[in-house]
Amino acid sequence: MVEGSADLEMTTQNISPGMDLDDKTRAELERAGVIVTRVDFLYNWSRSNSVWPLTFGLACCAIEMIASATSRFDMSRFGSEVFRPTPRQADLMIVSGTVTKKMAPQVVRIYNQMPEPKWIIAMGACAISGGPFKQGYNVLKGIDRYLPVDVYLPGCPPRPEAVLQSLNYLQNKINDQDIKADPAFTKGRRQYPVPEFTGTDLEPPYNPEVWSPPENPNGEPVVPPKKTAA
Amino acid sequence: MGPHHPSTHGVFRMDVKLDGETVVDLKPVFGYLHRNHEKLAEDMSYLASMPFTDRLDYFNSMTNNWAYALAAEQLVEIEVPERAEYLRVIMAELTRLVNHVSLVGFFVNDLGALGTPLLYAFREREKILDLFEQASGARMMCNYFRFGGLRCDVPEGWLDRAREVTDRFPKFLDEYEQLLCENEIILSRTQGIGKLSRELAISAGITGPMLRASGVAYDLRKVDKYGIYDRFKFRVPYGEEGDCYDRFMVRMLEMRESIQILKQALADIPEGDIMGKAPRVFKPKPAEVYGRIEGPKGELGFYLIADGTPKPYRYRVRPPSLINLTVLRDMCLGQKIADAVVILGSIDIVLGEVDR
Ligand code: SF4
Repeated sequence: MVEGSADLEMTTQNISPGMDLDDKTRAELERAGVIVTRVDFLYNWSRSNSVWPLTFGLACCAIEMIASATSRFDMSRFGSEVFRPTPRQADLMIVSGTVTKKMAPQVVRIYNQMPEPKWIIAMGACAISGGPFKQGYNVLKGIDRYLPVDVYLPGCPPRPEAVLQSLNYLQNKINDQDIKADPAFTKGRRQYPVPEFTGTDLEPPYNPEVWSPPENPNGEPVVPPKKTAA
Repeated sequence: MGPHHPSTHGVFRMDVKLDGETVVDLKPVFGYLHRNHEKLAEDMSYLASMPFTDRLDYFNSMTNNWAYALAAEQLVEIEVPERAEYLRVIMAELTRLVNHVSLVGFFVNDLGALGTPLLYAFREREKILDLFEQASGARMMCNYFRFGGLRCDVPEGWLDRAREVTDRFPKFLDEYEQLLCENEIILSRTQGIGKLSRELAISAGITGPMLRASGVAYDLRKVDKYGIYDRFKFRVPYGEEGDCYDRFMVRMLEMRESIQILKQALADIPEGDIMGKAPRVFKPKPAEVYGRIEGPKGELGFYLIADGTPKPYRYRVRPPSLINLTVLRDMCLGQKIADAVVILGSIDIVLGEVDR
């Protein structure tokens, strides 16, 4: 690595706080070609700048996802233009669009096939909560019922700029990871049970490991006032 | 194949039976994006389903809006002002350009030319999306049409910008045609592949560019003359063989005709109102109507049954993609598996519309 290059500067700034190296010693070491850094930092830095998303379009939002990869918005500026069609080579899943009950098992299955470390961006109102189709009988009310979502990206559809911003958030999140403590690194590949589509509904309705129904803040269920005859 | 497959244009599955590499049987499986569009619309007021029509075929929100507005306007007989009619035509033709240009990009992508043509296509698409955004406030989900007109007038200077985009578009088309139309690989991968005969196309109810590629010059813009299409001069391109190459070329030629329409419309657009006298509360008398337009993918129709309440009793969409998809099996039998992908690409489906 060339001395004084951008990479070297970055490493010197982010040195581990636990190690007492004064600036002079570090500068000397660097001159001799030794960089002192944490494995965490180096690992996260390289990870976050080469996120490979999965080519995985579900509905309208997918078009904006593609648009964010094309020349005008150019996702490759952030190191993640390599869209991979196979889950085995991807580490970011952008759930872009409405997840229906028929599709949800496949989404979980694809997620299970992805190698660690892996992240999820829930893109669009539909993937977050069901969006405009929430009342529908066939729409899953948020992919976070089955999978752990890292970044929620609201919008219908979110603009390509927003996709880039969510990627930035994800990069920040990756940079904060602690390799030793993170379950993604300690426990091996995370696999979640695939729900079963019974024709009318999904069984089970959610995965208690990652999601549970919100509790009523008042403790008591709110009873709607009785309608008086008009 | 599918539902997660890079070239199924969304979440579409094909059960393919193969003999070596030859397709001997094929069964399309849909429903992975069924979003209860029709059922939801029956439970809300007429105008409230307008934004949902955007999400049917998410490339062409403007034409979807138009078809729905056309159906609802028949229910209460609203006059649409002149300027609104012109703007509608302009928006619809711009949408057609967006759709065809992205379709060709995806189609060539399916052929294996990963990236470049698609990037060219999306570059042009962005220019038109900017126009949509300036007019309606959203890039894709425009929600711009109202019963009896449009939601708001276009901003100042918009028409000039639209003229500029229209004038520059043919240059891009020249470039695109030079790049693709005589490309040896494209010729050999598409000519004679996936033939659809004229008789089958008519009896299966195929519409749009697919029907025209099979040699039937049928265009609702000429047949129905809805809106003010009778005022414009344009030609209807059609093919002879009905193979993938014809379908591809029909779309390329249609873009040129759209530009002709756009030029005429942008030249004679009058000043004036953009909203007719629509009733404040939309509560039509019991009636049954069917409004249809020539969408970029084919005949898009909305069938409404009103029962005197503010909500439709029945709301039915005739999606061109779904009906064009019904002949997929006939076109794929006897072809190679790699060609099945190309044939699917040439049909031009959007799953939001197929499954609704
Ligand atoms: S959030 Fe909106 S744009 Fe995205 S998939 Fe859902 S309906 Fe389509």
